[in-house]
Amino acid sequence: MEALMLTVLLTSVPLIFAATGELVAERSGVLNLGVEGMMLMGAVSAFAATAIVGNPYLGVLAGAVAGAMTALVFSLFALGLATNQVATGLALTIFGTGLSGLVGAPFVGGTIEGLPNLAIPLLADLPVIGNLLFNHDFMAYLSIGFLLAVGWFLRRTRAGLVLRAVGNSHDSAHALGYPVLLVRFCAVSFGGMMAGLGGAYLPLVLTPHWSEGMTAGRGWIALALVVFASWIPSRILVGALLFGGITIMQLAGQARGWVVPSQMLSMLPYIATIIVLVVIARNREFALANSPACLGRLFIGSK
Amino acid sequence: MSQKSNARGSHPQPLFEAVGITKQFGDFTANDDVSFRIYPEEIHALLGENGAGKSTFVKIAYGLLQPDKGSLFWNGELVSIRGPKQARQLGIGMVFQHFSLFDALTVAENIQLAMPAGESITSLSSRISSISRDYGIEVDPAARIYNLSVGQQQRVEIIRCLLQEPKLLIMDEPTSVLTPQETEQLFSVLRRFAENGLAVLFISHKLDEIRALTSRATVLRRGKNVGSVTTKGRSNRELAEMMIGAKVKDVARQQAPADAKVLFEVKGLNRAKANAFAVALRNISITAHAGEIFGIAGIAGNGQDELMAALTGEWRTEKPGVIKLDGTDISISGPAERRVAGMGFIPEERNGHAAVPSMSLADNALLTNHSLAGVVRGGVLDLVGMRAKAAAIAANFDVRLPEPNPLASSLSGGNLQKFVVGREIIKVPRVLIVSQPTWGVDVGAAVFIRKAMQELAAKGSAVVMISQDLEEIFAIAHRIVVLHNGVLSPAGSATDLTAEKVGLLMGGDTAHTSDLAGGSDVAPGASA
Repeated sequence: MEALMLTVLLTSVPLIFAATGELVAERSGVLNLGVEGMMLMGAVSAFAATAIVGNPYLGVLAGAVAGAMTALVFSLFALGLATNQVATGLALTIFGTGLSGLVGAPFVGGTIEGLPNLAIPLLADLPVIGNLLFNHDFMAYLSIGFLLAVGWFLRRTRAGLVLRAVGNSHDSAHALGYPVLLVRFCAVSFGGMMAGLGGAYLPLVLTPHWSEGMTAGRGWIALALVVFASWIPSRILVGALLFGGITIMQLAGQARGWVVPSQMLSMLPYIATIIVLVVIARNREFALANSPACLGRLFIGSK
Repeated sequence: MSQKSNARGSHPQPLFEAVGITKQFGDFTANDDVSFRIYPEEIHALLGENGAGKSTFVKIAYGLLQPDKGSLFWNGELVSIRGPKQARQLGIGMVFQHFSLFDALTVAENIQLAMPAGESITSLSSRISSISRDYGIEVDPAARIYNLSVGQQQRVEIIRCLLQEPKLLIMDEPTSVLTPQETEQLFSVLRRFAENGLAVLFISHKLDEIRALTSRATVLRRGKNVGSVTTKGRSNRELAEMMIGAKVKDVARQQAPADAKVLFEVKGLNRAKANAFAVALRNISITAHAGEIFGIAGIAGNGQDELMAALTGEWRTEKPGVIKLDGTDISISGPAERRVAGMGFIPEERNGHAAVPSMSLADNALLTNHSLAGVVRGGVLDLVGMRAKAAAIAANFDVRLPEPNPLASSLSGGNLQKFVVGREIIKVPRVLIVSQPTWGVDVGAAVFIRKAMQELAAKGSAVVMISQDLEEIFAIAHRIVVLHNGVLSPAGSATDLTAEKVGLLMGGDTAHTSDLAGGSDVAPGASA
């Protein structure tokens, strides 16, 4: 049982990374559907860097940088040239899938030494929850750190207020003199870095090898997770554990020969997201206060 | 106030000066060699029709647009204002005509975004409360913008500007949603500014206000400065003619119809609050006769939106027998059914409610005609018919088009308003429900729209007009009621009423209710 819970926790880490990053981008009004592609680029870079240099921490860094660089491609088109965000995001996913396969071809079949667990002194010795919560790798702690930091940033800092303002009405933000495109560029880059970190977690912790398309739809689940969390950071944690749990149930179900087809289980995150969307739509107050009104809308400032 | 007229003498140095400003958008010259000066302690009006280039000019002054030619001087020094932040640093504050507020954020957060960093939201909230109390423009710092009415949103804009303690305050049509009393309060605030050495650039279409408040006016016409004049001692007609460049014809109230039959009747309409910030409607009763313009006055946020939605059918009561059109019960009919029954609706918000900005005029013509003949044939859009309809509306209602069948967003406010008004009136509805028909449109367009409504009434239709513009109500309405806090006052004949009485009722003073109850056909139900 403890082993199962531990697996659920580990499965949810890449989702927390990617969804937290996408949440920041969406709160600034940018819908980047390229999460899957950015995660794959992060994963392959992390694996390659670790395999070549032998230091998994360098792999973490490589994953973050690769994710942010991939997001740069998106920013260039969707922000710089004001192309349609949905189309650009989808293209980015296809681009990331292809490029990561190409870059990763020499590494297929190889294996690396992943990130070690860092037990937190004293806390890790607590019965039951000690091993479950305080005996993890560096990135698991980092994901929670980022989630808390983003929550604090959006609610409590002026920069966070500006970011929410840009996502709510880019025209008003422009009228007040805020650099809409710069804010969005930063948000998208952060989203890319986080997706890269989420991708890096796969080869560095979950399965210490590289295979093409190894994210297996986690980028899409992360996108659904942002909506599921209704753009509120704290709910990402709940959603990630839930969605992570469902993923593990699929695997466990297959192994144990459950009658429920695994396809039914893989549908669950999306069905849950649709239900959340319906619930949000029924509550006008909530939708107005939390969903970024400018999400996906093009901004072209007048000069 | 007395020294303001010779501000030029006591202050040889203009606070802000623009020389030869030219700004082009493609082939269109929005500002053509405009020069302008404003001195400290001066309240200066910028006059002009919609599309005359006022907005472009103030956007340049506030750094939102860069001029193609010309220079700006601040306290005699050449400056280039690269953005609003720099404008604010210089000491220029601006209250926008189209609000630059963030719907999802609170009042305090909205204001914080325009203030220098470093102040906590708690300390800012208390400053907001105190300044709004000082100037008599109450708003709750914790309220979210989407829950505020248009008028309340404007208060937020004004307070946001006041807190920045500007040296030059630009106000783009600030009074359009205020009552006479509120306007007078605002004016006393602005006069206090001027006495403290600040300059106010005041943009308004209301010539009475301009004459009451300002000392000098600069008039723009088609992007050109046609002169700066002292406003004291001029008549509205003189100023309007400078602005339009042609003679102005006034609208006079038409004779009220005698013994006409009741065309539209609302009896005991109630509506509960939809949310904490909405207004509940209580026992609303309206009786509009054929040939009559029935005016509903009131300050923004007193239930206008709720009442409008109830009259159009966007919100419906569950009780039958509440709303009747020529004797037929339409209480539970939706907007399309009500249109088929012979009603027309013109909501307050042009962009997104009356018209879709990103759609062409032909497509917009379809929006309220789809259930009627002429634009749809056997379930298929009649594209030629739609275009013809849009063209007919434009031709009959003086809508000036930049190209054939343009996007609604490419029309100026006044032109688009003429289009949405024309779209309904051209159908000759038996009952026209209209809210704020001339909000934010220029004098020429406003006169045209009021005339069009009068002509409709002359054909035997009933017009129910919700308006916050008292001047407008008194200009054309035959009978007047006041909507305050979701309750209608008894109806009174326009000839028996004064602006003061109605203004007091708009502010919630019910002591004068008895004065209103003039005729025998007093609307029942507003005993509160």
